[in-house]
Amino acid sequence: MGALIRLDKVSKTYRTGDIEVHAVCGVSLDIGAGEFVAVMGASGSGKSTLMNILGCLDRPTSGRYVLDGVEVSDLDRDQLADLRNRKLGFVFQGFHLLSRTSALENVELPLLYARGLTTAQQRERALRALDLVGLADRADHYPNQLSGGQQQRVAIARALVNEPVLLLADEPTGNLDSRTSVEIMGVFQRLNAQGITILMVTHESDIARHTTRTIVMRDGLIVADAPVRERLDAAVELRRLPPVQPVGP
Amino acid sequence: MRPLATAKIAWRALRRNPMRSALTTLGIIVGVGAVIAMVGIGNGAKAQVEAQIASLGRNVILVFSGSTTASGLHTGMGSAGTLTVEDADAIGREISGVVAISPEVRIVTQIVAGNQNWATQVLGESPDYFEIRQWALAEGAPFTERDVRSANKVAVIGRTTAQQLYGGDSPIGRVVRIKNVPFVVVGLLAPKGLSVMGTDQDDVIVVPYSAAMKRVTGTTTLRSISIQAANASLLAFLPQQIAELLRQRHRIGPGRDDDFTVRTQQDIAEAATETSRVMTTLLGAIASVSLIVGGIGIMNIMLVSVTERTREIGIRMAVGAHARDILMQFLLEAIALSMAGGVIGIAVGIVTAKVLSAVANWPTLISVESIAVAFLFSAAVGIFFGFYPARKASRLDPITALRYE
Ligand SMILES: Nc1ncnc2c1ncn2[C@@H]1O[C@H](COP(=O)(O)OP(=O)(O)OP(=O)(O)O)[C@@H](O)[C@H]1O
Ligand SMILES: [Mg+2]
Repeated sequence: MGALIRLDKVSKTYRTGDIEVHAVCGVSLDIGAGEFVAVMGASGSGKSTLMNILGCLDRPTSGRYVLDGVEVSDLDRDQLADLRNRKLGFVFQGFHLLSRTSALENVELPLLYARGLTTAQQRERALRALDLVGLADRADHYPNQLSGGQQQRVAIARALVNEPVLLLADEPTGNLDSRTSVEIMGVFQRLNAQGITILMVTHESDIARHTTRTIVMRDGLIVADAPVRERLDAAVELRRLPPVQPVGP
Repeated sequence: MRPLATAKIAWRALRRNPMRSALTTLGIIVGVGAVIAMVGIGNGAKAQVEAQIASLGRNVILVFSGSTTASGLHTGMGSAGTLTVEDADAIGREISGVVAISPEVRIVTQIVAGNQNWATQVLGESPDYFEIRQWALAEGAPFTERDVRSANKVAVIGRTTAQQLYGGDSPIGRVVRIKNVPFVVVGLLAPKGLSVMGTDQDDVIVVPYSAAMKRVTGTTTLRSISIQAANASLLAFLPQQIAELLRQRHRIGPGRDDDFTVRTQQDIAEAATETSRVMTTLLGAIASVSLIVGGIGIMNIMLVSVTERTREIGIRMAVGAHARDILMQFLLEAIALSMAGGVIGIAVGIVTAKVLSAVANWPTLISVESIAVAFLFSAAVGIFFGFYPARKASRLDPITALRYE
């Protein structure tokens, strides 16, 4: 089986004045279709840099990146934009939602830049994506009217709306309580079960246990890469966790 | 992408900051309004001048006594009497294409009727004069060729003069004394209004030139000769032929200055409209400056907007917007601002012009062209001043834009 992602000695070097920072130094990595991968590592180890390269938002300084059989380094700006639009969904470390724009319109955003969909189809697909993350009833809310977890789920819905083959999530549970984090993992596990490949950065080993494979980075290098044993099922966990106390009047 | 979607995005962005959008638009409103109003005033003045030129008559050539120096300065044009009735006859006889001709003498003097007296302009003309100037009679009839031959003491009187001498009564059949010579009024002219120079054309009394020369002034020379050509195309070469004929008759050798001046109606019209054209251009130019200032306002706001929305741009690019989509979005915002300003500014300009007409009594003329030009110009201002900020936005790197604080 061909790998969905193939990195070959990919490096990213930032130069600020005289100082060179080797954020990623020669990483080679294969990820197959249908995997659910957690990327872990200390702060500053290059996780976000790697994710940005994988998400075609940033270009590596050197090395080859082949995504779904396409040599990414050969593509120009607009082709990269189309690739992001059609094949990739990105959930950012901050949520990066458009303010003063409803949840539904935020989710519709990638469809605005996709070809060949009518306004009605766009609306319908956006609603379906919101429904998938359990937020259909909040479609008309603005981000500032949503909780952090709900905003995160809007961001996930936006990443999913174009039915990507690869979902990249940079600390999707970074500032969420443990129950909401597990809920998000539930969403990811369901998506993964539907065949979407997921790459997720996390600092929490509990969260990483929901995945199928864990990669650990240090100083721009992959230092560990192992399948997950005793994988957690979010649905089971949620049933164990105490339910949210209803707030009285 | 999808222009409609881009338009929707631009519209949403503008609606998000209504106050700022309104203030930005204000700059364009003032600019376009000023252009429309100022050009309206200029065109109004021009139209007025043109109407006055038309009141001179149709296809008119005027020959004045006196010369024009090489520098074009008129030295006593119409004063030094060098033209004679015979000159006028010769022109009528020898130049083909002349349909009407009137020798003219002119004095300004006190005229008396009963116990009323009034200082006015006395014109000695031929009956053709009324034809040349397309001047109809309100009452009575013009004097005739026979009156001219016999130097009959008859007069056709202008509206203002009649008013001054006879009040509201009909002047027909009444006697008017010009330098103590009694003339009988046979006709009353229809009112003509102000001349190009701003004088009252109806403050006049017209008598046969022969009567004026023999009985009033005692002169033998003419002030000028009015000539009407059969059609407008003749005006191109008739003046030349007339000048040659007169040089011959006056025995002016080659290289010597003419002792007369030939002017067509067009020459006079051009001189008069030139002034109002310069005025229109000047007013328009001054007003355009405010339009440019308004455009700079748009550019300023768009630059601020691009900086403020750097993260938004990053997000859009991250989910698949092409550089062109971003460019179009910001360009459309700028154009929408400037065109909204253009539309409102046109309305403001029209109202301003109307108010000026009503209050200051300035004639104004708003043409469809000036509205169209103002509108297109405001759109162009949007494109011109919006392009730089929009391009700046479209050139952002997605990851840099996303990281922007
Ligand atoms: N734009 C940049 N310019 C210069 N250096 C950068 C830039 N972005 C990242 N770096 C550096 O690259 C290294 C890796 O950064 P990165 O953001 O990938 O870390 P991370 O693993 O995601 O950390 P965290 O867990 O805190 O998010 C860091 O040392 C950082 O200082
Ligand atoms: Mg990071």
